[in-house]
Order: sequence, then structure tokens, then C-alpha cells
Amino acid sequence: MSDVTTRLDVFKTYKLYVGGKFPRSESGRVYEVTDSKGQWLANAPLGTRKDTRDAVLAARAAVKGWSGTTAYNRGQVLYRVAEMLQGRREQFTAEVATAEGIGAKKAAALVDQAIDRWVWYAGWTDKVAQIAGGSNPVAGPFFNLSVPEPTGVIGVVAPQTGYGYSFLGLISVIAPAIATGNTVVVAAATDAPLPALSLGEVLATSDLPGGVVNIISGRTADIAPTLASHQDVNGLDLTGAIAADGPGAAAELEASAADTLKRVIRPVEEPSALDWTNAPTTDRLLSFLETKTVWHPMGI
Amino acid sequence: MAKNKNIAESVSANAGARKSGLFEYAPAPESPAAAGDIATSYGHFIGGEFVDSSGSEALKTVNPATEQVLAEFAHGTDEDVDRAVTAARKAFADWSALPGSERAKYLFRIARIIQERSRELAVLESIDNGKPIRETRDVDLPLVAAHFFYYAGWADKLDYAGFGTAPKPLGVAGQVIPWNFPLLMLAWKIAPALATGNTVVLKPAETTPLTALRFAEICRQAGLPKGVVNIVTGDGRTGAALTAHPDVNKVAFTGSTPVGRAIAKQLAGSRKKLSLELGGKAANIVFDDAPIDQAVEGIVNGIFFNQGHVCCAGSRLLVQESIQDELLDALKRRMATLRVGDPLDKNTDIGAINSAAQLARITALTDAGEAEGAERWSPACELPGSGFWFKPTLFTGVSQAHRIAQEEIFGPVLSVLTFRTPTEAVEKANNTPYGLSAGIWTEKGSRILWMANQLKAGVVWANTFNKFDPTSPFGGYKESGYGREGGRHGLEAYLDV
Repeated sequence: MSDVTTRLDVFKTYKLYVGGKFPRSESGRVYEVTDSKGQWLANAPLGTRKDTRDAVLAARAAVKGWSGTTAYNRGQVLYRVAEMLQGRREQFTAEVATAEGIGAKKAAALVDQAIDRWVWYAGWTDKVAQIAGGSNPVAGPFFNLSVPEPTGVIGVVAPQTGYGYSFLGLISVIAPAIATGNTVVVAAATDAPLPALSLGEVLATSDLPGGVVNIISGRTADIAPTLASHQDVNGLDLTGAIAADGPGAAAELEASAADTLKRVIRPVEEPSALDWTNAPTTDRLLSFLETKTVWHPMGI
Repeated sequence: MAKNKNIAESVSANAGARKSGLFEYAPAPESPAAAGDIATSYGHFIGGEFVDSSGSEALKTVNPATEQVLAEFAHGTDEDVDRAVTAARKAFADWSALPGSERAKYLFRIARIIQERSRELAVLESIDNGKPIRETRDVDLPLVAAHFFYYAGWADKLDYAGFGTAPKPLGVAGQVIPWNFPLLMLAWKIAPALATGNTVVLKPAETTPLTALRFAEICRQAGLPKGVVNIVTGDGRTGAALTAHPDVNKVAFTGSTPVGRAIAKQLAGSRKKLSLELGGKAANIVFDDAPIDQAVEGIVNGIFFNQGHVCCAGSRLLVQESIQDELLDALKRRMATLRVGDPLDKNTDIGAINSAAQLARITALTDAGEAEGAERWSPACELPGSGFWFKPTLFTGVSQAHRIAQEEIFGPVLSVLTFRTPTEAVEKANNTPYGLSAGIWTEKGSRILWMANQLKAGVVWANTFNKFDPTSPFGGYKESGYGREGGRHGLEAYLDV
């Protein structure tokens, strides 16, 4: 009888998050995810164009319910996600540390900030209409009101670089889009998809309706062009698009998005210089909103 | 009901009288001379001076009501565009550094001069564009002045506009505008651009350059610093050169969806900020409890205002099946009283189609409507012998798949579809790639608000149509473009936010 018992870790099979479910990739394929030193961490599903199209369908199906719920309710659902994130703090800290090659203390600080940022956006759901809309004093006997409304389905290319990109950056691009009632299909960072795939597990166990957030891991060059050209995607966040030429490059994707006149967030000129710990502004919140103005005559 | 009947009888009596020649309106022509002198040829307005083009190609602008050539104007070359952008760049440093309160005063001056010269501008606009003087005088010009007044007041209050403190201008704005509201579109573009500290190069449409060139004179009268506003004339080639110019920081375009799409493609990968106001195919939805006479006025205003040359025109009438016959009878009676003809006659309701090319497009699409099985109706009306004209036209029996129900016609052509339930109305209304505007006619307030909520459109007019105001944001959903013009929202397009 040995007094040293060794125990093998139970590995997790990472899966995509689509329509509130965890499908394997239609490709049946995976790719190796390594830490910053090149050590194998896990096999992530190699999401395909078909997976992406399925995710867009799920996101479209979720628009009506999610945008139709009250802003108050959306706020509570988002806050519930923060509660669940808090409970998984240690897991995300470990994933961020290995993904970005930083110490546990720094990683924990990034995760804490990500949770706080999610809470910040949760609080915006029932306030954004008050800062982005209002009554217009037209010169005539009319009641005239402008209200912001969600754009619809947003394709998000998650940040692939910049300090804190793998989780804080990811949350910084997802939360504002859904806080305003949009639904999203997220192309996770190719080299660091594990925090994104774990986020899917958190979202599934929160009260967020299936399809509001859909997460696909794989090659950006496969997923992003599908989102950019898809007829049923209304907005495109290119924050994590590759700057170089070729499919998946920002300019190429923006040109493709022009065919359906998608609203586009362009990447900054130097994405690697981004520091995701910087305080967010309302830009991302307002980028995927439309302003609807309603007129009615006044009289007796 | 009795009241409605009386009105209907008096209308048809009046129509009868017109046919017999009794009680016909006497002509009430505006004097073309009020437009001031129109030169035989125009160059560009660059750096505060009227200058010749570097090229030799000249385009002609015609009076669409007579087909007479009004003037020649320069086709802006790449070099012309470059000169104008350079002038705007040079002017940018001083203009953007000017205290907002001083920029405001220039804009107030411009607004006042527009008011002073509004009759001249209204007549000139009517001659160059073909739209009725009643509209240029009572709609376009008052709104043009109002836009300059409105944005003048923002120039020294930008810190309070909700885009953070001390928002910055973008630089040189390249602006391309359409021919349907030549001066109003100029005002929508130039007023917010200048208020926020940008300088501009504007290209008016090739069929309607005259009022923009007249506006250049107003800039001079106002003492606007040289190069702050530059006007380069030409056709699509000049516009493409402007939007592609590497030293332009912001592109604003109003026009067709295909051109907007091409510009978005052209600008992909650049750092230029872009706003687009594109096409529309608005549903004007009439419920069975709507006040019929008011709805008919709204339908007429929605599609026949400015000959239907309106991107937000109510070109699809969705009428609840139960009142279809009653509404269409009333609409036809009303349409029979519309007066088509001389734009300078103050009695004219519907003026000339802006160009031969546009007339051809309207003709082709309406022919397609007949070929696809829709039933065409127009009131009896005589059209002038020369010029470009199109009778106010109604199509019934239109299905959603018909081209006349899907494509923007940009003419006085109304397609009628029916619905039974509010949900069906919403589905049909939203069944186009466009999302610019919509109309709702019902006495039930809660239904209006529910409908307004469901419709994918940037502007929803309830129990009214085609109302505009500088304080009211305007712009589209979906493929009708992005960004808003007007109101506080309109500032965003010209600020680095």
C-alpha cells in the first residue's frame, strides 16, 4: 500500500457555445491551444463556416425575445452573469494567466476588473435610452421623440492582442453589444480561446437566453469572413481582426461588410498597444444602436 | 360620415368644373427673374474664389420643366478636387481653432442671409430642380435657414452635446449630395460640419448645381474665411475622386443605396469616418379606424411631395383590407385634383421629373409593375409638351414580390398592398432591405406606439408624414444607411468620438 496516491486531473473537452447548447464543431476537428510558452493546454474545436452560420441563425432567433424584454430585466440577467463569473474567478484566473503568460496576481486583477466591467454594462441597460434618446423640440405642434434601438445580430471578432485581451478584452466587446439588446456571434481569439469557451459555460448557467451570445473558436480567417459577408448579420466589430492583408484582414472584412451596409467598428491602428484595463467609454454601447424618431401631431 | 360625403361631393363637383373649364384656377406664375442672374457658365468655388476647372469638360444643367439649358458648369477633375481639399485643409487649422462662439456667428450670418435671399433661392431651386415653387418657398428654404440657425447654436455648446468634454472636429469633410433637395441637403451637410469645426468640400448633384454655387456667394457675403466651404461641381466621377481623396477625413453621402455601398467599400480599411443616407421604400400603413380624409392627405403628401423624389417617400400604401375600397375611392378623388405642370406656378402641386434619366427609370419600373400584373391608375391630366413629366400613378393588386413593391422608384408612383392584422402590417412593412421611414394612420394611441416599436425604420410618422425639423434626428436602419442627421445626434458624424 503506497502512502503516496497520485491522482490524474480530469481534462475538459472544450466545446462551442451556440444557441445555448454546447455542440462539437461540425468539422469534427480540433486545434491545439498552448500557453504562452508553447505548452499544450487543450484541444479547442476548430469552428467552421457552417458552425458560424448556425450561430448566426441562433443569434437571429434570439433577437426578438432579447430586445423585447424590458431593460430592467436585461440588467438583472447581465448582473446574474457577473454573479456566476464571480463564482468561477479562480478558473478564469488560471486560464488568463496561461493564455497571456502573466502571474496569478495580475491575472486575478484582470478577472476582477472583467467582472466589474460586466457589472458596469449591466447597469447601462436601463439608462442608455436616457442618454441616447429624448424628446426633440420641433418647430410645430408635434410630439417628437427619439429612442435608441438595437441594431440586431452583431458579429464580433474578439480582441487577439493587447494587455488583458483574453478575458477583460473579450468581456469589453460582448457586454456592451448585448446590454443594448443586440445578440452576438463571437469569434474567439484564435490563440487564446479557452477563457471565451469557459465564458460560454457561465452564460449557459446564468439566466441569459440561449442564442444571445454564441461563441465560436477556430481560425479568424475562417469565421470572420463568414460573419462579414453574412446577409443576416447587421453589425461587425472588427476589434480583433488581423491588420495584415488576406482573408480575415480588417480592410477585407470591412469591404465585405459594405455589401450589406453593416455597421462596422474598425480596429485601432495598433491593437497590440491596447490596454484593456483602461476605463471604457460609451462608444461601444452606442455603436450598435439605431435611433428611431417618432412624430405625432398634437392638438385637441 | 355625412360630412365626408359632402366633402367628397364638393371635390368631385370641383373636378367636374375643371373639366368644363369653369372656375379654373387662374395662372399664378412666379417670376423667373426673381432667381437673379444665371451665368452662362460656372467654375468651382475653391479657397473663397470662383475658379476655372483644370479640365475642359463642361456639363450642362437644364430646366427639367422646359428642357432648356440653364448654364454650363465644370466637370471637376481629380486636380480640381485636390485643389479644393488642399484649400479646405489649409483653412482647417484656423477654423477649428476659432472659439465656438465665433463660428456660431458666421453660421448665424449665413442663416440670416439665406432668409433675406430666400425668394431668389426658392425660384432658382425650382428652375434648376423642377420642384414646385410652393414647396421650395414653403418647405425647402425655411428648413435650410432653420438648419443653419440650429447648428449655429451648437458651435459653442459642443461640450454639452453628450460626446465627452471638448470633442474634436475630424478635419476635412468630403460631402456628396443628391438632386432631390439640393439646398436642404447642402444645409444638412454643411451646417453641422462647420459648427463642429470641420472644413468642407461639397459636390452638388450634376443636375442641380446652381443653388450650391449661389450658396458660395452667400458664404462670401457672410465673410466666411476662405477655404472653409468649397464647392466642386461634376458628376459621379468627381464625387468618387472626392470620397477617395487621401486627405479627406470624413465622408458624408446622401443618395442611392448602390452608390452608398460602393463608397463604403472604397473607404474600407481607411480611417475616414463615413455617414450614409440612402434609399427607402417606406410603408404608409392605414388602419380601419384612421380618419380617412386626413389619411388621404397624408398619403398624397407622402408620395407626391416633391414628385416622389424623396428617399423617405411613403411609396408603399398598406391599407387594412376592410377599408380598401373606401380609402382608394377617396384617394382617387383627391388625386384627380392634383395639378401637374409649371413648377413656377404657385398653384402647382406636382412639378417636373428632375431629369430624362430619372423619367426613364420611373417609366421602366412602372412598366414592370404592369407587366407583373399590378393594375395601374392615373387621373386624367394633361402634361406639358416639353420637359420631363409623369402623371401621379397608383398601382393596386400589388404583391410583395413585385418590383414596384421592393425597389425604390423615386417618382410619383404609389403601390397599394393590403393587410388584415397589425402583425401582418408589420411583417409586410419590414419586408424590404430598406429601413428609412414609415407611416401609421390610426386613432388608437396604444396601437401607434406598438407599431412604432415594431417597425424597422429610422423615422416613424404617426398620423402625419414627411415632416422635418433640424432638431429631429433623421436616418435609416438596415440598408438605408448609417448615422443620423439633425438634432444632437447629427453632431456625432462630424466629431472624433
